[in-house]
Amino acid sequence: MSFLLAQIELRDRTGGTDSCVLENGFCPTWIRENLSEYVEPTQRHLELVVSSVALGFAIAFLLALLAHRRRFLVGPITGATGVLYTIPSLALFALLLPITGFGFLPALLALSGYNLLVIFRNVMAGLDNVPAEAKDAALGMGLTENQVLRRVELPLAIPEIVAGLRIATTTTVGLAALAFIAGAGGLGGQILTDPNFKSNIVVAGGLCVVMAILLDLLLVVAERVASPWKRATA
Amino acid sequence: MDAATLELRNVSKQYPGAAAPAIADLSLEVEAGEICVLVGPSGCGKTTAMRLINRMIELTGGEILLDGTSVHSRKPSELRRDIGYAIQQIGLFPHQTIAQNIATVPKLLGWDKARCTNRVEELMELIGLPQEMAERFPAQLSGGQRQRVGVARALAADPPLMLMDEPFGAVDPINRERLQNEFLRLQAQVRKTIVFVTHDIDEAIKMGDRIAVLKEGGVLAQFATPAELLMAPADDFVEDFVGADRALKRLALERVRDIELWPARMVQVGDPNVKARELAAQSPTGHVLLVDEGSRPLAWLNERDLSFDKVGPHKGRVASVEVDDLLRDALSDLLQDQVLYGVAVDAEGRVAGILSVEIIAQFLGDQGPGHIEEAAAAADRIA
Ligand SMILES: Nc1ncnc2c1ncn2[C@@H]1O[C@H](COP(=O)(O)OP(=O)(O)OP(=O)(O)O)[C@@H](O)[C@H]1O
Ligand SMILES: [Mg+2]
Repeated sequence: MSFLLAQIELRDRTGGTDSCVLENGFCPTWIRENLSEYVEPTQRHLELVVSSVALGFAIAFLLALLAHRRRFLVGPITGATGVLYTIPSLALFALLLPITGFGFLPALLALSGYNLLVIFRNVMAGLDNVPAEAKDAALGMGLTENQVLRRVELPLAIPEIVAGLRIATTTTVGLAALAFIAGAGGLGGQILTDPNFKSNIVVAGGLCVVMAILLDLLLVVAERVASPWKRATA
Repeated sequence: MDAATLELRNVSKQYPGAAAPAIADLSLEVEAGEICVLVGPSGCGKTTAMRLINRMIELTGGEILLDGTSVHSRKPSELRRDIGYAIQQIGLFPHQTIAQNIATVPKLLGWDKARCTNRVEELMELIGLPQEMAERFPAQLSGGQRQRVGVARALAADPPLMLMDEPFGAVDPINRERLQNEFLRLQAQVRKTIVFVTHDIDEAIKMGDRIAVLKEGGVLAQFATPAELLMAPADDFVEDFVGADRALKRLALERVRDIELWPARMVQVGDPNVKARELAAQSPTGHVLLVDEGSRPLAWLNERDLSFDKVGPHKGRVASVEVDDLLRDALSDLLQDQVLYGVAVDAEGRVAGILSVEIIAQFLGDQGPGHIEEAAAAADRIA
């Protein structure tokens, strides 16, 4: 675990004369003066979340399309991504670090890996729930398999796909707090620089929560825009 | 696009794992521009036969020719764009508006936007839905409305062959009747080749130029015109399927204008009564019909009404039927009015002749066993 400790450098607190700060309390003044310290970790955190959900989605989506046409692949893919999901993140970092070295890459790979299962499952469920008669009518009218997929199946699967993305995004915001272990920074690192200081914990933790909520909201809005028929018939 | 001819040659379909073939050996020739109705009990293979034509199911034996060319010589997706298909379960796309649903095949064929929009408007009109409904989603329509959209969608690209699997199954009787009539009127203009599946013999008789009655296993029990089917069922199965009231069903095949009516003896106000009495004597009803200048019926006049010099004004109740009415409906109107004859009028209300229960009885008697001979005895008012 020496690699772990290597990533943490305890920081000198500025404003050391304030009694609130000395007592590790919740200090609005300190927060206001030091908020800029959190900008870079927040950006970093967001980058990690967005890129790993995007990568996870890209891979899981392709896997789902593959399994949709070749049903026998559903079991193996669910199994493989399920195993990936159960590996503790520390262990996964430890496995990746010798190959990738410290930094953004191992965190990205690990976090993407965790997203595969839930996104794959939701894309599959979305495609499976498309009414059989809609597909039948589409084929019967002369749409090719690919046209049926693009024009009928995928649009109808959007609600389930977005549901998967929402779960993936929310969990990744939390998981990414451990990414600093792999040297990727983020809000997790910020927490550990001063783990006894309430103000620090509240701000870093709060930013995580706000980020999760905002991203979730973004996805909800995107879904509503992409599937107007759901709203019209609800 | 013109209509296509369709020929099924010794077609068979064995579903994998099924004990008996769904269709054993079916041969059928459908002429261009004709409505061929496939009718038969549930599970006899109607849907299977239909889906073999557009290759939604691949046959296990025989051959299907569209305009003389095997359907197997073309890519399924291209073949299907030339064949309108309304599936039994409707299958509208829930995420698309009605307009988008209807424009599916036109879009596949690369029609431009204006042409698609025009076509959608035309079809909305045809199926009797208000234009503003085009922007709704399928879930916002009733089952019957959805089914009509399904038919419109199949018609959209004006295909030379249409396959329609129980297209009016989910529509209430009144709207079904309307849709059937609309459809027949449309067909009279466009003359498509249509394969129409139903398990309702009345619908088959109404819609079909020819009817293929199928038995279990896709066996063709009879392939004939509706009149032939009703007059000479090939076997007990067909006779049973057609029903005990087949004599009456024949009345649904003909319209009032199709049979020979009694000539109407007509007079106008001011005509000399001598002439009127002469006419009354010639009339099979024993009455003359008072009409206005436009030949529209006003009243029946009897001996007593003609006792003066000239025909005077009269007001009466005249039972009438329209020449476009089905004989069945006309007979029903006569019975409803409790009269044995009525005036047949054209669309403008002008007298075309006299329809009587006797004429109808003769019509039935001429072409098959007559069941209502007694009804023909008297040609006068019942009441
Ligand atoms: N995909 C399939 N696999 C196996 N058997 C099938 C399949 N589809 C239909 N069958 C069988 O083939 C026979 C004919 O079915 P089909 O759907 O053509 O009947 P149908 O005449 O259209 O009946 P309905 O009036 O109920 O729609 C039935 O016995 C049915 O069980
Ligand atoms: Mg069927």
